[in-house]
Amino acid sequence: MDKKEYAKLVRKVMPKTQHLKTMIAAFVTGGAICMVGQGISDILMLIFPNLSEDNLSMFTLITLITITGILTGFGVYDKFGSFAGAGSVIPITGFANSVISPAIEHNSEGIVLGICDNMFKIAGPVIVFGTSASIVLGFIVLIFRGAFGG
Amino acid sequence: METVLLYMRVFLVGGVICMIAQVLINTTKMTSARILSIFLILGMVLETIGVYKAIKEFGKAGAAIPIIGFGSTLARGVIEDTLKTGIAGAFTGGVESMAGGLAWVIFLAFIIALVARSKSK
Amino acid sequence: MDKKQGATLFFNNVYVASTSSIAGEKEGEGPFGKYFDSLLKKDELGTKSFELAEIRMHTYAIKHLLFKTKLAPEEVDCLLMGDLLDEIVGSSYSAREFAIPFLGLYNACATFGEALAIGSVFIESGFMQRVICSTSSHFSTAERQFRFPLELGSQRPPLSQWTVTGAGATLLASSGGDIKISCVTIGKVIDFGVTDADDMGAAMAPSARDTLINHLKDTKRKLDYYDMIATGDLGKAGAKMFKLLMQQEGYTLGDNYQDCGAIIFDREDSDVMQGGSGTSCSNIVFNGFLYKKMLEGVYKKILLLPTGALLSKTSTLQKQTIPAVAHAIAIEVK
Repeated sequence: MDKKEYAKLVRKVMPKTQHLKTMIAAFVTGGAICMVGQGISDILMLIFPNLSEDNLSMFTLITLITITGILTGFGVYDKFGSFAGAGSVIPITGFANSVISPAIEHNSEGIVLGICDNMFKIAGPVIVFGTSASIVLGFIVLIFRGAFGG
Repeated sequence: METVLLYMRVFLVGGVICMIAQVLINTTKMTSARILSIFLILGMVLETIGVYKAIKEFGKAGAAIPIIGFGSTLARGVIEDTLKTGIAGAFTGGVESMAGGLAWVIFLAFIIALVARSKSK
Repeated sequence: MDKKQGATLFFNNVYVASTSSIAGEKEGEGPFGKYFDSLLKKDELGTKSFELAEIRMHTYAIKHLLFKTKLAPEEVDCLLMGDLLDEIVGSSYSAREFAIPFLGLYNACATFGEALAIGSVFIESGFMQRVICSTSSHFSTAERQFRFPLELGSQRPPLSQWTVTGAGATLLASSGGDIKISCVTIGKVIDFGVTDADDMGAAMAPSARDTLINHLKDTKRKLDYYDMIATGDLGKAGAKMFKLLMQQEGYTLGDNYQDCGAIIFDREDSDVMQGGSGTSCSNIVFNGFLYKKMLEGVYKKILLLPTGALLSKTSTLQKQTIPAVAHAIAIEVK
């Protein structure tokens, strides 16, 4: 049997992901996290009615990130993640968890070479692409000022 | 009643975005980092062509919390800053809008890593 | 009788004199929990890192074996040890505790088979009287090395396996008891083009088939000669694939076939997906459970087939496929 035939056999025999179960889990958990975020935002608005819209959203994210940090630090977030799938990856909490977890993992190698060196092991690409895309977009806006109302 | 409807919309939009991402996880072998990056860029694209504004109006936190919302905030930051201050804005606009959250994640990760330990599973 | 036929070596004087095994919490909750000599209460073992915990566990396995057999270190001629950590530090740092000559080995999860094969040759040749073959693996160290940080909220795909936390040691000697290694078939590296690092079962099944068929041809034995044929860690679906591959060559595996990885954990445990894997999987199932059953007379002839996926952290990132190897070790009551 050659490699191609084996690949076909593997696809036939080996179990695949259960689509419905995981999609529902992602839908429910993702929706729930967003509702928590909305709740935080509404509470902050009640306590600090003079907050600008930008700052309100920043502090909502900061609160969510802090909660993620606590859950990750106590070894709980991963249990939630294995059930929630994309529901725990896509919200900003997923990004925070992907920075905090390798930092914790590598603390056995010290502060500089352990924690700091490995902090962006997982999330690095998000920062690279986000920053690069924003510069590209910036130049596009400069060139096509008119299209953006400038 | 207003509030209930709002929260339903938040739940719906947030849930749908995550569900789409789950389909990607299931059908491709993409790691979470790759999916996060794709959705981030998607958010920037949707904001640039003016579509995401409506989604944010409808879904509120449901549209802002997912990484797509982060991308749209990034794009809006760059666009506004560049239009206001010219070329300098092209460099600072994006990063500035994510500065608060990012700074906090880094600092928090550092502090937590100093005191926490990976738990046995 | 010829000493060698094909890739199979035949022995007259290799005895499995004693064994020791230690396992983690999850393994303790599985069907073989009561057969392991010792169970860990906490996977960290009071150390600063999981790597140090694995080293401590591996050291314990050997210390306990020496204690059981009342042997002084000077009476053991060689340590044949391996594990999954970078540079096999799980073995070398434990061997540091013993003044016994040390040879470190690596065949991924087939290392235990490799150790038994090499140890048998040392004993049969008369160069050595007693050797200890041991391996260790730990879920948390394997996760960190090969996959993701423990606290990362990622979802385990259905094909994934759960690395066994445990260590075990086997004493091979030129005399001692009734259980002998009758022959070993050393496997070749087989690569059927699997690229998914999560699907090690499919990557290893072809090499298990290759070695088993060669073993049967070299020894002129049939599948039903053995009371138990146990592959290392193909996992539930991998074992199914293995049966299919054997069927294609005209061999039907019956009730006497099991996969150590598929049976080591509690069936109700939802974390483990396809089952256990790791250098210690086949090791502690043999050293704990199978060996004791042989002492009781329940099994008289066992074929242990540890399987190993020979990828590295960078090989799959560089789009390389996953080669594998499997060794067949025949253990029989005299």
